[in-house]
Amino acid sequence: MTGPRLEMKNIRKDYFGNKVLKGINIAVEPGEVHAIVGENGAGKSTLMNILFGMPVIHSTGGFKGKILFNGKPAPSSSPEDAMALGIGMVHQEFMLLPGFTVMENIKLNREPTIPNIWSRFLGDKMKTLDIQKMRKDARASLEKLDLGIDEMLKVAGLPVGFMQFIEIARELDKDNLQLLVLDEPTAVLTEADADTLLETVKRLSKQGISVLFITHRLDEVLKISDKITVLRDGEQVATMKPEEATVGKLAELMVGRKIQAVTRKDKCETDMECPEPLLSIRNLHVEMPGEELHGVNLDVVPGEILGIGGLAGHGKIGIANGIMGLYPSTGEIVLNGKPVPLNNPIAALNSGMAFVSEDRRGIGLLLEDSIEMNIIVQAMQSQGKFLKKGIIQLMDFETSRRHTEKMIKDLDIRCTGPDQLTRRLSGGNQQKVCIAKALTLEPRVLFVSEPTRGIDVGAKRLVLNLLVELNRKAGVTIVMTSSELAELRSVCDRIAIIYKGRLEGILPPDDSNERFGLMMAGALTHHMKEVS
Amino acid sequence: MPEDSLVPEKTTMKERILDFYRDFGVARLIIFAFLLFLLASALFLKLPMEQILSSVLTRFGMNGILVLAMIPSIQSGAGPNFALPLGITCGIVATTLSIEFDMAGFSGLFFSIGVAAILGAITGFFYGILLNKVKGQEMTVGTYFGFSIVSLMCIFWFLAPYKSPEMIWPYGGSGLRVTIAIQDRLGKVLDNFLSFDIFGVTVPTGLLLILAFFCLALWIFSRTKTGIALSTVGSNPRFAESSGLNVNRYRIIGSSISHALGAVGIVVYAQSFGFIQLYMAPLFMAFFAVASILIGGASLKRATVTHAIIGTFLFQSILVVSMPVANVVVADNIADVIRIIISNGIILYALTRREIGGDVS
Amino acid sequence: MTADNRDQSKKLMLQEAEEITYKERIWKYYLRKNVVPIFFVVLCVFGGYYSGLSLPFLINEIITRMARNSFLVISLIIPILAGMGLNFGIVLGAMAGQFGYIATANFQMAGFSGFAVTTLISIPLSILFGWLTGKLFNQAKGKEMITGIILGFFANGIYQLICLYFMGNFIPIRIPTMLLSTGIGLRNTLDIKSMHYALDNLWKIRINIPGFIFPIIIPVFTLLAVAVLCLAIHFLIRTKLGQEFRAVGQNRHIAEVAGIKVDRTRVIAIIFSTVLAGIGQVIFLQNLGNINTYGSHVQVGTFAVAAILIGGASVSKATIGQALLGTLLFHTLFIVSPLAGKNLIGDAMIGEYFRVFVTYGVIGLALALHAWQARQKRR
Repeated sequence: MTGPRLEMKNIRKDYFGNKVLKGINIAVEPGEVHAIVGENGAGKSTLMNILFGMPVIHSTGGFKGKILFNGKPAPSSSPEDAMALGIGMVHQEFMLLPGFTVMENIKLNREPTIPNIWSRFLGDKMKTLDIQKMRKDARASLEKLDLGIDEMLKVAGLPVGFMQFIEIARELDKDNLQLLVLDEPTAVLTEADADTLLETVKRLSKQGISVLFITHRLDEVLKISDKITVLRDGEQVATMKPEEATVGKLAELMVGRKIQAVTRKDKCETDMECPEPLLSIRNLHVEMPGEELHGVNLDVVPGEILGIGGLAGHGKIGIANGIMGLYPSTGEIVLNGKPVPLNNPIAALNSGMAFVSEDRRGIGLLLEDSIEMNIIVQAMQSQGKFLKKGIIQLMDFETSRRHTEKMIKDLDIRCTGPDQLTRRLSGGNQQKVCIAKALTLEPRVLFVSEPTRGIDVGAKRLVLNLLVELNRKAGVTIVMTSSELAELRSVCDRIAIIYKGRLEGILPPDDSNERFGLMMAGALTHHMKEVS
Repeated sequence: MPEDSLVPEKTTMKERILDFYRDFGVARLIIFAFLLFLLASALFLKLPMEQILSSVLTRFGMNGILVLAMIPSIQSGAGPNFALPLGITCGIVATTLSIEFDMAGFSGLFFSIGVAAILGAITGFFYGILLNKVKGQEMTVGTYFGFSIVSLMCIFWFLAPYKSPEMIWPYGGSGLRVTIAIQDRLGKVLDNFLSFDIFGVTVPTGLLLILAFFCLALWIFSRTKTGIALSTVGSNPRFAESSGLNVNRYRIIGSSISHALGAVGIVVYAQSFGFIQLYMAPLFMAFFAVASILIGGASLKRATVTHAIIGTFLFQSILVVSMPVANVVVADNIADVIRIIISNGIILYALTRREIGGDVS
Repeated sequence: MTADNRDQSKKLMLQEAEEITYKERIWKYYLRKNVVPIFFVVLCVFGGYYSGLSLPFLINEIITRMARNSFLVISLIIPILAGMGLNFGIVLGAMAGQFGYIATANFQMAGFSGFAVTTLISIPLSILFGWLTGKLFNQAKGKEMITGIILGFFANGIYQLICLYFMGNFIPIRIPTMLLSTGIGLRNTLDIKSMHYALDNLWKIRINIPGFIFPIIIPVFTLLAVAVLCLAIHFLIRTKLGQEFRAVGQNRHIAEVAGIKVDRTRVIAIIFSTVLAGIGQVIFLQNLGNINTYGSHVQVGTFAVAAILIGGASVSKATIGQALLGTLLFHTLFIVSPLAGKNLIGDAMIGEYFRVFVTYGVIGLALALHAWQARQKRR
C-alpha cells in the first residue's frame, strides 16, 4: 500500500465560539508510531474524539476539515464507523467489565456465535455464544502481546498492570485493526510495566499497525515514536522526527507562549530574601485519588501570590484539598506560627484559610440555593457569623443581606439580586460567588484552584484581575493552583511545580519556557546534569 | 460569548413561564385540573358545599403533620421518608400507653404527643444510622424497612401485656384489638377546642392551631443554624463537608425530627378520627404523605412548609370532594381507586424526573 | 529484562492472585454467600418439626407450591442479570395473566384449551406492560426498584378502575355471574373451576407411601413446564442476548462504548420478565381454581422477591438454583409457620405474623445489605 494510512487535514473545531483546534494536519504512515504531545487542554483529546467520531463532537456542532483513511474520505460520524474502518482506541480510563473473564472482555459485543433453532425464528441475538472460538481468538490476540495470562480469569482479580494489555488485546482482536489510538496509556502503569507496553507498541508497529500515541511523558516519546506532533492551545506548533528533538526542545514547544504581563517585581525572588513564611507546609501527604501527594514542603510568604503548577495527575490539586481537610492527609501545617490540624475542615476554616475549589459545581456551590445562601453559609457554620444572639441561633437576615449586597457590588457579580439561584449564573459569575464565599471567611490565606476552568475568555481575565486586586488592595495572600501555566505566569510572584506528588522546584514567572517545560516533565535536574 | 458575563443575567418572561411550567409539571397540572373538574361537578350537582368544606378543613388538619414529617427527611437529602410507619408506630404506642394509664382529654393528648415525640426521635435516631449506611437507596430500603417494622409490631400488639379492657378483646383471645375506639378519651379534643361555625362551615380551630404551631416551628427551624446546615447537607453533601459540617450527623437529625413528627402526626390524626388502628393499618400511610408533599410542588430533593400545606390541602380536597361526586355519578368505591392512582402516579412522576443539579444516583 | 523473564514474573503474579482469590472464594462462598439459605434451612427444619405435620403431607404441599410458584420466582432472574435489581414490576405481568383468565372465563372456555388460550392472551398483554415498564425504568435509572414498587401500586389502581368500573360498562361481559349485582364491575372472586388443574391434571403420578393415607401426587406437566423454563433461561444466558444482559448489568457506560444498545437491552430484559410472570400467574391460578379479582396479584412481586432472596440471591446476582431453593424454603416456611406458631406459643396468628415479618424483613435486609456493599465498593 502506498500513501499514508491516516490523513487529518486542516481539522478545526470550536466549542461555542471557543476555538479548541485551529487547523491540525497529521499524516500517519502504515506501521508508524506517531506521538502527539501537549499540555492539558492543548486539544489532544478533542482531536482523538473527532477521529473516533465520539457523540460529544457531533452534539456540539461537529468539526471542519477532512479525514482520509487509506486515501478514502472517512465518514467518522460514530464510534461504530471508526471501528468498521479499522481504528481501535484504548481510552484513558479502563473500559473493562470486572465481572467478565479476560476472554469475555476481549470479545465484548463481537462474540462469535453459532446459529440454533431459536435464532432462526427470533433473530441473531438468540444465537449461542461460541465459547471455544472466543477462547481461541482471545488466546491469539493475547499471544500477539506475549501475555501468558489465562483468558478464563475474571478481570476483577487481576493486577492493574494487566488491564491496559487486555484493552490492547481487545483492539488487536478486531480483524481489520489498522490504526491503534492509545490515550495516555502509561499514566497509571509502573515504570517496568510502562517499558513493556512501549516495547509491545513497537512490536505492533513492526507488524504494520499504525499507532497514534498520546502522552505527556516526553522521554517515552523520544524512545518509541517515528514522528512527533506538538500541540499547544489547539495549534499544531511542530511536527518532527525524534532525531531532531530533545526533551528540552519538546518541553519548550509544549508550554511556550507569550507572557501577557508579569505583575510585579517588588516581591522577593529567591527564598533567601523572603521574610518569615505566613504558611509553612511540611511533609504533606494527601490521599486524593488521581492527585496524590507524597511529601511536599512549601512556604508561603505573606502578601504574595504563589502559583502551583504541574501536569494533571501529579498532585498539584491535592495541596489545597489536603490542607483544607477534604481528603485524608498527614504532615505539618503552620499558619502564622500556629499549627493547624489536618483532616479537620472546621479548624482549617477557623484558622484563617479559605478555599475556592476546582470543582465549582460539585463542591463549590449549592446550585439550587440563592447567591446569598451560597455566600454566607460557610461562614455561618464554621465561624458563627450572621446569627442572632440567643439560644436558638436564628439566622440574621439583615446583616447577611447587607453583606451579600456589598459582595455583589464589590466583586461585580452580575445577577438579578441576592435571591437568584446560582445555577442560573454564568461560569464567571459563579466563580465570583465562590470567591465571595471564601472572602466572607476573612481569610489570611486564600487557596484558589483552577479559577478559570470552564469560564469563557472575557470572564477569565476578570476573575484573574479580581484575584490580583484582592492581593494588592486587601492584602490577601493567595495560593493559586492552575493547569494553565500562562495564567500562573501572568499573575503569580513565584510558581511552584509539582511532579509525581513532590515539589520539583520553584521558578520565577519570567523564567524560560524551556525550564518550565522541563520542570513539569520532571526532567530539569536530569537535563542540567546532561548539559554540564 | 465573552460579553455574556458582563451583562446582568435576566430571565425573560417567556423563560419564566416555561420554568414555572417545568417546575409545576404535567402531573401536577393534571391533578389540579382534576380538582377543578371535581369542584365544578360538585357545584353542578348541588352538593352541600358547607359540609364538604368542613370536611376538607378537618382532613387537612388531621393529615398536615404527617406530611410535614417529610420535610426534614427530604431536606437532609434522604428523600421522602418512606419508612414513616416507623414513626407512626411510635405514636400509636404512645396513645395506647395513655389509655393504659387511663388518661383522657388534654392531659391524655399531651401525654400521648410528648411520649410519641420522644419515642419517634429515638427511633429516628437509630433509623438515621441505618440510612447513613445505605446512601442512595434510602427510598427502597425505607419502604421495606417500614413494612418489616409494621409486621414485627403485629407480634408486639399480639403479645404485649396491656390490661385496659378498652383495648384487649372483650371475650378472651390474646392481644390488642385491631381498632381501638378513643372517642371518649382523646376524641376530637383538638377539633372541638375553640371550634366555631361560619356560613355553615365548621372550623376545627384547635386542630388547625396545632398544625400551624408545627408549621411555624419547622419554618423557624429552617432559619436556624442547624436548620440551614441540614438543608446544606441535603442540597450538596460535598459542599457541606467542605464547610466542616458532619453530613451523617445532620442526616440523623433529619431522620429524628421526621419520625418524631410522624409519631405526633398520628396522635393528632387519631384524636380527630376517633380510633387508633393497629396491626397492618399503618402499612401504606407513608405513601399518602409522600404523595401529598409532591403534589404541593416538592421534589425528591427539595421541600418546604409551603409545599406541605398546599399539597395536603389539594390532596385532601380531591379525596373529600371526589367521594360525594363519585357517589352520585358512578359508584361508591371509586374515590379510593382515584386516591391510589393519584398518589402513586405523582410519586412515579417525581421518580422519573431528572433532578437538576443533584447527583441522585 | 528479557521477554521470558517478564513472562514468568507475570505468571507468578497471576498464580499468587489466583491462589488468594481461590482461598477467599472458598470462605466467602460457603459462609457469606450461603448464610441466608442456611439460616432458612435451619428455620424450616425447626418449624417443620414443631408444626407436627406428617412428612408426606408436607412433601405434597411443597410439591404443589413449587409447581405453581417457581415460574414467578424465576421470572426475576433476567432483570437482576441486566443490573436492574429486583423487578417489583412483575405485578403487571400477573395482571396480564388475570386479564387472560377474565377473557377466557367470559367466553366460557374450559380445560387445557382454555388454559392455553389464557396463556396466549396474556403474552401480548405482558409484552405491552413490560415495554411500558422498561421505558419507565429507563427514565429512572438507578431507582428501578422503588419505581417498580410504586408502579405496582399505581398499576393496581388502574387495574381496579378497569375491573371495577369499566367491566360490564365499557367492556362487555357476557356472563352475568361474573359481575356484581349492579351489573358493573367484577365480583371479588372469579370462578375458574372449568380450568382448575387444567395443566396439573394432564398427568399426575400418585405415589403411595405405606402407613400414610395421602399419596404423594406429582403434577408432571407443571413441573415439566418449570424444567423447560429453567433450561430456556440457562440457554438464554449463553446466547448473544444473554451476554448483552450481563454486560449492561455490570456497567452501562462500558457496554454503551462497546456498541451495545443499553436502553433497548434493558427494555427487552423487563419484557422477558413480565411475560414469564404473566405465564407464571396463569399457572398459579389454574392450580387454585379461582381468582381473588382484587387480591391475587397484589403480593406476587413481594413474595417472589422474598423467595429468591431467601434462596441466596442478591440484588445484583441470581441463579436458577437460588430461585428454586428459595421457592422451596419460602413456601415451606409458609406452610409450617402458622402451625409451628400455634404449637409453640399457642396461637396460629403468631406464626402468620412471623411469616409476614420474614417476608418483608428479608427484602429490607437484602436491600440494605446491597446498598451498604455498593457504597463500600465505591470507596
